Amino acid sequence: MAWTWFHRLGSPPYIYKFAAKLTPWFGWAAAVLIAGGLIGGLLISPADYQQGEGYRILYVHAPTAWMSMQVYMVMAIASAVGLIWRIKVAHAVAASCGSMGATFTACALATGSLWGAPMWGTFWEWDPRIIFELVLLFQFLGYVGLRAAIDDTQRADRISAVLAIVGVINIPIIHYSVEWWNSLHQTASVMKLGKPSMPLNMLIPLLMMFFGYSVLFVALLLVRVRAELLSRERSASWIRDVVRA
Amino acid sequence: MMASFMEYLDMGGYARYVWPAYGLVIAAIVLNIWTARRALKRARIEAIRRLAIKGRPLGENTP
Repeated sequence: MAWTWFHRLGSPPYIYKFAAKLTPWFGWAAAVLIAGGLIGGLLISPADYQQGEGYRILYVHAPTAWMSMQVYMVMAIASAVGLIWRIKVAHAVAASCGSMGATFTACALATGSLWGAPMWGTFWEWDPRIIFELVLLFQFLGYVGLRAAIDDTQRADRISAVLAIVGVINIPIIHYSVEWWNSLHQTASVMKLGKPSMPLNMLIPLLMMFFGYSVLFVALLLVRVRAELLSRERSASWIRDVVRA
Repeated sequence: MMASFMEYLDMGGYARYVWPAYGLVIAAIVLNIWTARRALKRARIEAIRRLAIKGRPLGENTP
């Protein structure tokens, strides 16, 4: 039946082998996209008419900030799937997201700080978007800490899933913060209806960085999910086959 | 040639903001790749150990 593919997605041995096969493809795609984005952003794209060369922080700041939210969404959706349908693989996906999300969020905050210093005249400002991005960092760290604090994996899965799902409220707040409050951040210039307000030679490297990070995240997620599945399965015979190889 | 390269590195006077930002993000990528691979390696070693304790031989690569 058409539903067999869905059941396979919940099967640890199938996912383990599938993830191992897919990892190099996503890894190399990420390397090519990120290398292209770096070359485009650092060498090809023109200087900004207002911020000169300093605007080039954009190519590492915006994609890491987008990724921080995207990783959170993956973590929350995987948590919900795991909680509702009791799918072990979904919990393994959610558990793999925490530390990666925390590093993307920390990078977004740090690069933003380095960009804010010359352009806004301050390393830190209590700007709505910055505050809620900082909250997101604490959410990721809290998620990782909560998981680490609970020994029983199934209990850790359930409790941390609730935390991840409740915390999803912050994602639209970060996205719309620039419209709801007065912010130093600009309103959306790429992710909006109609044409992005950016020339193509700036937009293409930016999108390459963004998609590069996205596929890098998938590649790393595939590796981490395999580690999670190995440590979750206590006595399954499929482990015998995969660790011997 | 050398002068224009130095001028490029200077980033129009923003060098001390631009390069640390790029360095940081690249370091974070490397760190993430390293920790993910380490997690998988450790989980494999742990799984092999667990299976060995259960008394059933795994084959030649059993520690």
